[in-house]
Amino acid sequence: MTAFLQRGAQVPGNPGFSGAAVTLAGTDWLLSMVEMGWSTRNGDGKAMEMSDKARKELEKIEQQIVRLRAVPGQDPDTRGQIDQLNQRVGLLRDQLSQNPNRPKSAWEKAELARHPQRPYMLDYIERIFTDFSEIHGDRSFRDDHAMVCGMARFHGEEVLVVGQQKARDTKQKVYRNFGMPNPEGYRKALRTMKIAAKFQRPVICFVDTDGAYPGIDAEERGQGEAIARNLLEMSRLEVPTIAIVIGVGGSGGALAIAVADRVLMMENSIYSVISPEGCASIMWRDASKKELAAEAMRITAGDLKELGLIDSIVPEPEGGAHTNHEAAATFVDNALQQSLADLKKLPVKNLVAARYDKFRNMGQFFRVEAQ
Amino acid sequence: MTWFKRQSGELDTSGEKNVRTEGLWIKCESCRQIIWKKDIEENLNVCPKCDKHFRIDARTRLAQLLDDGQYETFDANLVSTDPLKFVDLKAYSSRLKQAQSDTGLKDAVINAKGKLNGRPVIVSSMEYAFIGGSMGAVVGEEIARAVEHAAAQKVPLIIVSASGGARMMEGVISLMQLAKISAALARLDEAKVPYISLLTDPTTGGVTASFAMLGDLNIAEPGALIGFAGPRVIEQTIRQKLPQGFQRSEFLLEHGMLDAVVPRKELKSYIDRALSFMAQKAA
Repeated sequence: MTAFLQRGAQVPGNPGFSGAAVTLAGTDWLLSMVEMGWSTRNGDGKAMEMSDKARKELEKIEQQIVRLRAVPGQDPDTRGQIDQLNQRVGLLRDQLSQNPNRPKSAWEKAELARHPQRPYMLDYIERIFTDFSEIHGDRSFRDDHAMVCGMARFHGEEVLVVGQQKARDTKQKVYRNFGMPNPEGYRKALRTMKIAAKFQRPVICFVDTDGAYPGIDAEERGQGEAIARNLLEMSRLEVPTIAIVIGVGGSGGALAIAVADRVLMMENSIYSVISPEGCASIMWRDASKKELAAEAMRITAGDLKELGLIDSIVPEPEGGAHTNHEAAATFVDNALQQSLADLKKLPVKNLVAARYDKFRNMGQFFRVEAQ
Repeated sequence: MTWFKRQSGELDTSGEKNVRTEGLWIKCESCRQIIWKKDIEENLNVCPKCDKHFRIDARTRLAQLLDDGQYETFDANLVSTDPLKFVDLKAYSSRLKQAQSDTGLKDAVINAKGKLNGRPVIVSSMEYAFIGGSMGAVVGEEIARAVEHAAAQKVPLIIVSASGGARMMEGVISLMQLAKISAALARLDEAKVPYISLLTDPTTGGVTASFAMLGDLNIAEPGALIGFAGPRVIEQTIRQKLPQGFQRSEFLLEHGMLDAVVPRKELKSYIDRALSFMAQKAA
């Protein structure tokens, strides 16, 4: 930074005036680097470190602007440019500010939903359930580690838990296939749900996947069929069912375990038909328009509640679930207890009928027009 | 001195040439033969040389499947309200208007009642030309209604899929249509009413991940692209070239995902045969 100022000042024969112009260009360039860094960050948690760095950079840039203003003999054009720089700094400051009262943008929520320190399914199971005992395999191909199913006790009550599991280190990520199930994962989920229904045990699903795995093998084994079958069977499963989106609800791969009596979403989770990047690259033909796409698709918990597609929103600790796993688990625990208590009041027959009506009448966004 | 003399005055050049050949011939994209268009049409839009099944629109499909091309449409007047007010490079509302004027339909599906070899049937036929046959709230509702009609009237249901999947411009609302239709199909299943899913080129995404794969029988036309993830998405994910014939009907048949691959000519007789098998026995 100072290097720029010095070089600006040392231009021979051009004391002051043109020195300011050179430095102005330098500051502009630095600022654009910060802006670019801000817009190209991915939802992999680097953003959080990024924002610290960006804040430091911004401070330096602001100091530069102060010094620039102090340079005597500027024409109105240069003044204007400096003002513009100042505005851009202000804008970035707003974006960086951690003011919890400021509503988060859809893209910021998408980043939180993908935060690597965000609690995953097994983090919640550890904290909310006891006596967890995993059930493996789909009985026809193999065990899918991206989908975890098992018996557990929820405040003493026998329940089945099902969910996609993501991981934090590379080895585990590969083991969990990045939380993207193959057909056998969905078939395992359905198989265990049928066991639960047979013995009248409620089903609790934790939804957290970028989507069903798009690979050659997955297609060969009928990814579409596996998801479709789950949708159909879950719609008539004769047992109370709750689904909670704890991170990313990625399209059909998420819905395949989310056709439930109660569908909950955590405050900073997202649920969408395609990733913001995917939508941007198809509709805008430019993946970097992901912020726009995230906004346009309406993927946040608040959006879905408003559209009548989910039942309720589960709050998160201030700053997001990743800041405090214990607190996040307590919120989830309370929400699950509440929903389960509500559902158990109804006979299973009414439950299944109400579930049908809910999904049948969901998203009725059309009007009848004269022919 | 001329050797030949025109007997009847001047040559008349005022009239335009009346024979037009444009559009009369079609080059088959598969075998590259040039074929008289009428020959293709008479052959149900299948190339007479190489058996390539060309895509056909929803109306042509209904006319081919149902007796004498006769059918009665229902629920044809539902229109999307653009719930997200979605705008990308172009507004969704203007895309809708464009598609409506191009196809003469309100959305990407036609519900019809008719007869197939004398048997009453309900057919939902998807229109690929309408925003890629994508499924939003209207398509979801219309198909769900067709399923409910079939269940209530105990009339066999045929859904002809031709779709790129869920409609992105309606976001999660279109995703929920998968659940809506699948739930309705669960009831149809309980009513023991036959449902035949006919998958045509192309059937991908959310449609494959719901009703298209839930038929009592899932049958497809030869060479149709059928899959959950599109080929480009898979290529980007695994960074490999996909094998020849991947995600085509024959590939799915080989992997046990389809009950049969039926050429267009034999569709009617195949479905008739199946419905005869599934017809409820007189008690």
